[in-house]
This record gives sequence, structure tokens and C-alpha cells, in this order.
Amino acid sequence: MKQIQLKRWLAAAAILILLALLLCALNRLLLPKYRSGNTEGRLTADYYTDVKTRHQVLFLGDCEVYESFTPPTLWEEYGISSYIRGNAQQLVWQSYYLLEDTLRYETPEVVVFNVYALKYGTPQNEAYNRMTLDSMKFSPVKLSAIRASITEEESFASYLFPLLRFHSRWKELTQDDFTYLFDSSPVSHNGYLMKTGVEPMTSSRAGSPLTDYSLPVSSMEYLEKMRLLCLKNGIELILVKSPTNSWGYWWYDEWDAQINDYAAKNGLSYYNFIPEAEKIGLDFTTDTYDAGVHLNVSGAEKLTSYFGKILRENHGLEDLRFDSGLSAVWQEKVVRYQQEKEGLLK
Amino acid sequence: MRFTSLAFLAFAALTVLLYYLFPKAKRWWVLLVADYVFYFFAGKEFLPFILFTTLVTYSFARWMQALTDRESRYLEEHRDSLSKEERKAVRSKYKTHRRWVLVSGAILGFGMLAILKYTGFIVSIFRSSGIPNLILPLGISFYTFQSMGYLIDVSRGKVAAERNFFKTALFVSFFPQLVQGPISRFADLEPQLIEGHPFDSFNLRAGLLRAAYGYFKKMVVADTAMIAVQTLAARSDELTGGYVVLLILLYSVVIYGDFTGGIDIALGIAEMLGIHPAENFNRPFSSRSVKEYWNRWHITMGSWFTDYVFYPLSVSIPMQKLSKWSRAHLGQALGKRIPVYLATIFTWFLTGLWHGAGWNFIVWGLLNCLLLLVSQELKPLWSLWQTKFPKLCASTPWHLWQATRTFLLMGLIRSLDVYRNVPKTFRLWGTIFSTFNWGEIFSGGWLRLGLGIADYAVLAGGILIIFLVSQLGKAETPLRERTAKKPVLTVFLLGAFVCVILIFGTYGIGYNAGDFIYRTF
Repeated sequence: MKQIQLKRWLAAAAILILLALLLCALNRLLLPKYRSGNTEGRLTADYYTDVKTRHQVLFLGDCEVYESFTPPTLWEEYGISSYIRGNAQQLVWQSYYLLEDTLRYETPEVVVFNVYALKYGTPQNEAYNRMTLDSMKFSPVKLSAIRASITEEESFASYLFPLLRFHSRWKELTQDDFTYLFDSSPVSHNGYLMKTGVEPMTSSRAGSPLTDYSLPVSSMEYLEKMRLLCLKNGIELILVKSPTNSWGYWWYDEWDAQINDYAAKNGLSYYNFIPEAEKIGLDFTTDTYDAGVHLNVSGAEKLTSYFGKILRENHGLEDLRFDSGLSAVWQEKVVRYQQEKEGLLK
Repeated sequence: MRFTSLAFLAFAALTVLLYYLFPKAKRWWVLLVADYVFYFFAGKEFLPFILFTTLVTYSFARWMQALTDRESRYLEEHRDSLSKEERKAVRSKYKTHRRWVLVSGAILGFGMLAILKYTGFIVSIFRSSGIPNLILPLGISFYTFQSMGYLIDVSRGKVAAERNFFKTALFVSFFPQLVQGPISRFADLEPQLIEGHPFDSFNLRAGLLRAAYGYFKKMVVADTAMIAVQTLAARSDELTGGYVVLLILLYSVVIYGDFTGGIDIALGIAEMLGIHPAENFNRPFSSRSVKEYWNRWHITMGSWFTDYVFYPLSVSIPMQKLSKWSRAHLGQALGKRIPVYLATIFTWFLTGLWHGAGWNFIVWGLLNCLLLLVSQELKPLWSLWQTKFPKLCASTPWHLWQATRTFLLMGLIRSLDVYRNVPKTFRLWGTIFSTFNWGEIFSGGWLRLGLGIADYAVLAGGILIIFLVSQLGKAETPLRERTAKKPVLTVFLLGAFVCVILIFGTYGIGYNAGDFIYRTF
């Protein structure tokens, strides 16, 4: 009798284990792979493939970082090893939690934060939240990031178990979903997402006037948290604003003044590259792929060259090209970067 | 807190766990606390209404019980001194007194329901603007009817009034059946709620299976079909003719999956707690007549109206007088029908009104009544037909035809619930015979209703599973009970349900079909 009971328990346990495995597999299968078309959704996941590499600089921010700085250029020209943890419309609290997440693996010397997303004080958009958070590795940090980010219509549970959100994708599975089921190879170049197209900026129209130019208190609070976290970990925090400034994505002088005040008050460096565009050598008829909203690879390389010099001269970042191990790793990255660039430019 | 939310699943699991962790004598307290936690999260603004109903139910039941006790004591004390007539007079006096107490309690109980549910509708009959929009507490139709049924039973002496206020509160608010029934009877449910049931793994398995099957019916079948129904209803001006037939078919699937699924969830959770409320369905879509359908669909509501409205009305003094008068003046045949038919019409009018405050519900009730009365009148013809063609009438194809006819008739009048506009519904019914657009539907129209081929495939698979389960459920021991006796098979089936619901279920952002239809009644 006891044996029969034991057998029953074992069989039930086996079924439950199989069920759990099946659900995990389905979860993985149904999660969007972001391999063709919208590859931005892969950016968070890409970082975990490079955690063993030493990074002196960590870039944080929205599309203005992952389209404006190219880590391979920074390495090639200055021997500075860097990584970009940026996502489409990455809100400031997401940047904060991605910094916390990064600190679970490494402690960079410098964190460069692009300030544009400070204009958002509340959760914005499920699709962007998903792209930033879904592939974050599970940890208490991820839970905090989810709590801070979800919009009213979203559920917390669906971030822990994305199958609850993407279950209906079974109807639209493509070859990509099976090809990349277990493939974690990166789509980006240390977080840089290459765009080679050219669409000149034709409008010089400024952004529409606002009724209130104060940056939201909530986003400034997270900036302060980020500063304190950097301070605690001996990291230098640098604030930047990418040089793009199109009318739909305008950076107002009033916002700039607030960031300047904040930086001055806390002894931080703040580089607004908008007025520096000419000095950088940017030509918005050739260096943007979407009429001035983002830089293309040509623009990003120019900005990176310019900023690399600042990092070297003003912030004393060491040239690590003497490190043969790191050089070998970067050599591969640079070759892949060049190959993709040539391929796309052909 | 929706039945289909993860929060509810966690809440139900915790309730079952706590129930068995408490000493048997205290287990009913766990249920009462769970009821109010559930109701609080459903909407704390609803709490005063259920508390009011509970208070009315408790105090008026106690009042009537006190009268009954006093009557018994008096009759006992004066057993030797009272004549038969005097005893009869005493009984009559107390009966009248109890009746007045019952009427007062019913006015308060039903009055609150009437004010909250029907004020807007009544005002809208007289004017088109300034219609009050009062809140409608969750499950108010269900708990009011259940409570008032109890009051009537106490007044009839069928049950003794509960002395403990909190136990009455538990009967009124038992959370699994609060949303959409079944409407239980006090004598059946209360002892089960109060008794501390011992843990029984069979009950747990059977309850889990039932709840999982309910979720399957609701989330995979009903909510998928609902997407097309919502499109058909929203574009009813253009989607006429064959599309109306499509709506009738799909809405039948929706209402079946939604309502029976919700009841399965409710009864499944109750079963895990060792409680077995009354069944509400018995394979209704296999009914071969409208009468049979109403004996198999929403059984507890049907029996409530029969026991507490139809029968008392049929045997009431005014009806007896009417019966006498009509027999004398209209002849035996018609005379005896009039009181019965009047009681039937009134009962169905109330049944329609119970479902909702709108002409569509009233017309729906009266059309059901009409079908029942017409079939009653055609009975002699039917008997003649049976005598002439006994073999045909006993054959399976004939039974299938009867079931299909009943299914379509009930589906047709049920579509009033979707279009919610009586003249428009009648007009759309007319287009079934005037607009022949089946070609358009079959050449792709059916794929423009919000569902793709894959969704229809899921729907067809779901319907097939429900049909097979229903067929297998005909055996003496229900399929679920046979399955629950095998623990490994139960775990396997539960796992399969979980996977199927998670993948093929209709839920999450972009879908808004999460609420149960009967929740709003």
C-alpha cells in the first residue's frame, strides 16, 4: 500500500516537474526575440553576454545613448572599454535600476547618464517597458524596476512570467522564434545599435512652448539616487545631453539650466553637446538617419571621438590597450563592428 | 477581485489552506472572514448593502421565529383548554402576523434591490434625461433572492431561524457563489457552511478539476467567442442576415461557457472546502423542449421562481377567486387556464426583470413564457403526432432535431441580451430571412470579426472538448468524480488545463472580456 502511495507521489511530482519545464519552454518560445525588425528589445539581454569583460565606462539612458556613442570606436581610439545600457525610452528609474543591476556584476569607473529622459516623471508605455525589463535577469533589482515602471493597465505578475502577456503570440510565431530559442548572441555592439541610413535634418523648428518647464520631481529624485549610488561605489557620474535636438524631441534651455544647477550643486560634470555640434564636426545633413532625431553611425563615431578625448583628458580614464586579454576581446568586437558597418554601407 | 485574476486564485488558495488549518468548530469563521475580504476587494462601497440585507434577513427571520415559538408555547400551554376552532384561530392569527413580518422584510430586502437596480429604468420610461445612475452592488440579485428565500422558508416553518447573526451573514455572503450564484436554499447550504469539514484529498482533487474546467470554459471558449460577439453587436447595423445567425450561435457558446464556467469555478472552490451547493445546470443544450431547457438551465433560479412566486401566486386567494369566476363565465377549458397562465406570465415577467432593468430583459422573459404556453397548448397535437409516428419520435435524428430546434429558439431570444434594443433585435431577426449574405460570410466575412483562423480552431477544439465531457458526464458517476479518484490522472489533467488556459486563454492587455456576464445581473 505504502509503495503504491509512494509511486503515486513520484508520478505526480514528475508530472509537476514536466509541467514546470514545459511552461518555462513555452515562456521562452513565446517571448518576442527582437532579432529582425525591432532589435531594440534585445539590448538589455545583450549586456549579460559581456559581463565578464571589464568596463571602465557605463553609459545609461534612452535611445540618445545607444545611437550616439559607439564603444568599439572608444576602444579603438582611446583604449577605453565601455558598455551602453540604454533602451528605447528608458526612463530614469530604469536607468537607475539597470545601474544597480550592473553593480551586481562589476563596478565601472565612470557612469555617463544622458539626461533627456528626465523629462518623464511617470511610467509611459508598455511596449518600451517590456523591451527594457523583460530580459533583465531575475533579482530583487528587477522587481524594484518593474514596480517603478509598470503603467496602470499592466500587471506585475506578467513581468515575472511573461507568458501571461505574450501567450497569444502562439498565433504569430515565426522562424526567428525557433532559431533564436536558445541563441543569446548579441545584436548590438556593447549596447550600440548600428544605423547607417541617412535622412537629412531639414527643419530648424524649435520645440513648442510648455506651460511648466520644471523637470518632474520623481525623475530628479531618481537622478539623486543614481548620484548617491555612484558615490557609494566610488564611481564618477557624468551627465550628458546628446547633440540631437529636433523639434519633436526638443531639449529646452530651462531644462538645461536645471541640470546645470544640479551638476554644479553636486560637483558633477555636465556636457551638453547640442551647442558643441559644430566643434564635434557633426553635419545634420549626413550624420542622422531620421531627420535629426538620432545620429547614424557616422555621427555617433564623431561624437564618440570627441567625448573619448574628454574622458581621457578630463576624467583620467586609462588606455587599456596594453592589456592583451582585454585587447583580444575588443579586437573581435571591433572586427564584428567593422564588418557590420561595411555590410550595411554597401 | 475578479474570478479570473491571479489575486483571486491566491485568495482562494489561501482560504482553502486556512480553512483546514483552523479547528473544525472555527472553520466557518474562516469562511465568513474570507467572504468579507472578497467583498471588500470587489468594492468596499458595496459593503453597506450586503450588511443591510444581512441585518434585515437576520432580524426578520428571528422575529418570525419568535412568533412561531410564541404560538407553539401558547398552544402547548393551552392544549387542554382550547377547542379545535380556537386553536385554528390562534394559528391563523400568528400566521397573519408572520405574513406581515415577512412582507415588511421582503419590502426592505427587495426594496433595496428595486431602488438600486430599477430606479434608472423606471425613470427612463418617463423621461430621456436626468436618469439616475445608481451603483449596483456585486451579486445583489443573487444574495437578495437567496436571503428572501430563507425568510419565506422561515415564515412557512420549513426551517428554523438562525440564532447567530454571523452565521446568517455567512449564509448571505458565501463568496464562491456571491458573484453569479447558484441561489442556494438555507436548509441545504447553511448546515454545510457551519459544519467544519475534515480535509478530504478527494474533495480537493474533484474541486480543483471542476474549477480548472470552469476556467477553461470561461477563458478559452467563452471569452474567445465573445470577441466576435462584441464585433457583431458593435457593427449590428451592417452585420445583418447571416451574421445575426452567427451571433446567435456564438453568443450561445459565450453564455454557456461564461455562466456554466463561472458556476464550475464557484462549485469547485466550494467542493475543495467540503461544501456542495446546489447544481445549477444539467446539460441544458441537449434539451428537447423549452420546458426541459428551463429544468436544466439556471436550475436554482428557476426553482426559486417556481417555489416562491409561481406556486404561491397560483394558489393565492385572488387566483382561486379568479379561477372560480373564469370557469363559471368562460367555460371549464379556458377558465382553468386563465389563472395558471396569468401566474406564468407574471413569473416570467419577474424572471426577465431579475436579469436586468431593461425592456430587452422583460421581452426576453415574456417570449420564454410565450414559447412555454404555446408548447403547452400544442401538447394535444404533439400527442397525436407521437401516436401516428411512434418510431420516428423515438429515433435519434428526431431527438437531434428537437434539441437543435430548442437550441436555436433559445439562442434567438437570447440575442435580445446582446443587442439590448427590442425593436432593433426584431428588425435584425427579420434580416435573417431577407438578407442572404452567406456568400459574403463564407468568403471571408467570418474572419473580419476579430477572430482569425487559429482562434476559430481553438474555439472549435474547446467546444468539442465541452461536448465530449458533457457526453461522458451522462454516466451515473460523473466523469469528474471518476477522474478525481485517480490522483496521478488528476494532476496530469490539471497540468494540461493550466497549459491550455495559459496559452489559449483570452486575457491580459487588449482583452476586456474578463467579467462574467451574470455578474451584472
